[in-house]
Amino acid sequence: MRFEFVQPSALQEAMQFLASHQDEAAILAGGTDILVQVKQKKRLPKYLVNIKGVSGLDGITYNGQGLRLGALTTIRTIETSPIIKEKYPVLAEAAATIGSVQVRNRGTLGGNLCNASPAADMAAPLIALGATARILGPQGERTVSMEEFFAGPGKTVLGPGEVLAEVAVPPPSPRSAGAYIKLGPRKAMDIAVVGVAAVVTLESQGDRCRDVRIALGSVAPIPLRAKKAETVLRGQVVSYDLAVTAGHKAMEEASPITDIRGSAEYRRDMVGVLTRRAVLRALEAART
Amino acid sequence: MVKQVVQLRINGEDYEVAVEPYRTLLDCIRDDIGLTGTKKGCDLGDCGACTVLVEGKSVNSCLMLAVEAQGKDVTTIEGLAQNGNLHPLQEAFIQYGAVQCGYCTPGMILSAKALLDENPHPTELEVRQAIAGNLCRCTGYVKIVEAIMAVAGTG
Repeated sequence: MRFEFVQPSALQEAMQFLASHQDEAAILAGGTDILVQVKQKKRLPKYLVNIKGVSGLDGITYNGQGLRLGALTTIRTIETSPIIKEKYPVLAEAAATIGSVQVRNRGTLGGNLCNASPAADMAAPLIALGATARILGPQGERTVSMEEFFAGPGKTVLGPGEVLAEVAVPPPSPRSAGAYIKLGPRKAMDIAVVGVAAVVTLESQGDRCRDVRIALGSVAPIPLRAKKAETVLRGQVVSYDLAVTAGHKAMEEASPITDIRGSAEYRRDMVGVLTRRAVLRALEAART
Repeated sequence: MVKQVVQLRINGEDYEVAVEPYRTLLDCIRDDIGLTGTKKGCDLGDCGACTVLVEGKSVNSCLMLAVEAQGKDVTTIEGLAQNGNLHPLQEAFIQYGAVQCGYCTPGMILSAKALLDENPHPTELEVRQAIAGNLCRCTGYVKIVEAIMAVAGTG
């Protein structure tokens, strides 16, 4: 492992360096992905830019506008934060599935998202919650919805010099709840074979589904929002059979590949099963 | 490559070392400082043999750069015994036969310490979740979990 270490103290400085060394520089946030990639020679950046000294990229705030998560917030902080467990339990649930305590103590939200694995466990629940990414760059600031943040395996929409600063999650609607189901051979230390997140919002009275958002991990080049599956459920009283139908729609939307963790056929089947389960689990939680 | 001077506080003692920026905290602790209780297993964050506590939190020292530990308080397995007396977790690991080859033990005990410092009376599930990132190929984990639960019971 060899690289030069750059430690900017201000965001402007970091962005300028990244913009002028775009093919040679990589960002170090938690290090749990990038250092492994460098050790395995999958990435060989000339410069590693440590952004932990940059202020304003850390911390959790919650108010009437919703939740704001700094990019440097650790996965462990998301897992254990009382306000997240109360208002957005699906995020804490997803965070707890990542790696080990050791990995979660170092790994960051920004790193999990910007590494842009289709299996990134924070991506699907954030898409299902309608989160947005606040991006800062040499040309200023812009906001991108989480579902449009990913451009392909290992690729995001971040341009030269741009940095993910913060993720914003809208306030939870009354009578809404989410679920994240991760399928894998172990409950820890493994990458999802399939991950499905669903967030269901019921009408203020009764059992009709006012809104639903479903996102799929590990079954497409990017974490994918399953809009056709959502359409099956929106405005309906969701029965078991209707959840099955939504699962079938999600299977059509997925475009999984075969790799060491599972075949494309198996993954597609599991999208159906897990979409049904996630929707029914979220529905149950939204009722109470 | 220009080395950087890093000040570390390890087990309450201050050290100053000059390291390349790409030197891991693990290699720094073992080879520059000479504390070899911390083990190198996979060197990729999978096995947990290199677990140390940084500011009380468990981390894989193979996935942290030494320069990132500047000014930080680090605890390794050598820091657990006090005045020649083993830490209760160390005693329990011996008593319950939770050590076989011993390679995972330093990391395992530090993961357990981080858990008990935060949550003195964990459930068995919480113990198992806390050590999910520490691989043991000898014991089958049962005796390790029993040893940690025994200390938790007396906490």
